Amino acid sequence: MKNTATRKMIIALFCGTLFGFGLAMSQMINPDKVQGFLDIFGEWDPTLAWVMGGALLVSIPGFSLLLTKEERAQIKQGVIDSKLLIGSALFGIGWGLSGYCPGPAISVSPLIIAELMWFLVPLVTGMIIARLMLRKE
Amino acid sequence: MDIQWQALIGGMMIGVASIVFFISMRKIAGISGMVKRLITSSKSSIGDWWPLLFLIGLMLGTLIYSYFFNVEPALRQGYPKELLVASGLLVGLGTYIGNGCTSGHGVCGIGRLSKRSIVATVTFMATAVITVAVMGVLS
Repeated sequence: MKNTATRKMIIALFCGTLFGFGLAMSQMINPDKVQGFLDIFGEWDPTLAWVMGGALLVSIPGFSLLLTKEERAQIKQGVIDSKLLIGSALFGIGWGLSGYCPGPAISVSPLIIAELMWFLVPLVTGMIIARLMLRKE
Repeated sequence: MDIQWQALIGGMMIGVASIVFFISMRKIAGISGMVKRLITSSKSSIGDWWPLLFLIGLMLGTLIYSYFFNVEPALRQGYPKELLVASGLLVGLGTYIGNGCTSGHGVCGIGRLSKRSIVATVTFMATAVITVAVMGVLS
């Protein structure tokens, strides 16, 4: 089937909905729970390990069946550079500060928009700043 | 249902969504990447707006879950605004520079056994754990 605009939109909406349902069911949308999961030196709540576990239980065998030889070769060529490390480190600090990462924050935003605006507007701003910084290099 | 089972089944749904998305679009279901795409890439045709549809789907899925299962998700309110703002800025900066977040690097990247994504996930998990530990000490 051709990748028509309508097809793309329907797939994106369907997969997004399933993804959002999974995030809500698994409690990933609860930032207290996320911070409890990250608090391994305090009162650790390991529940959310099951979410990543469940997702990988599907995604690892799924991708291993689906990836073509070319795609595998391309993945192998990926380079670990300072951008990857610095960016990921900053993201982790941000994630810990609030307990929100992008997916759950967007998913839950209609339910508590007043609170989430204080996270989502800075998120977009941060991306725009990063874009300007990387352009200057 | 037991909370562990809910977490496991919810996680599997996230995995299925990512795989179905890859099969049909040949693209990675990374949420920060979609936000980035909405901000930066030119949208010459209506089909280029698909990331927005995915994000609307995320909200819809969470709304459907809370409506049909009649579970008001445990929502936190009144969290310090300065922490939310700092967090949002760092998440935006970090996922843009590092090219991915929990979904793109975590679920899809590790799923693809990408060394880059495994390193990224270990890095952001580590700094997140340290951040929560430091906040615990300071509070």
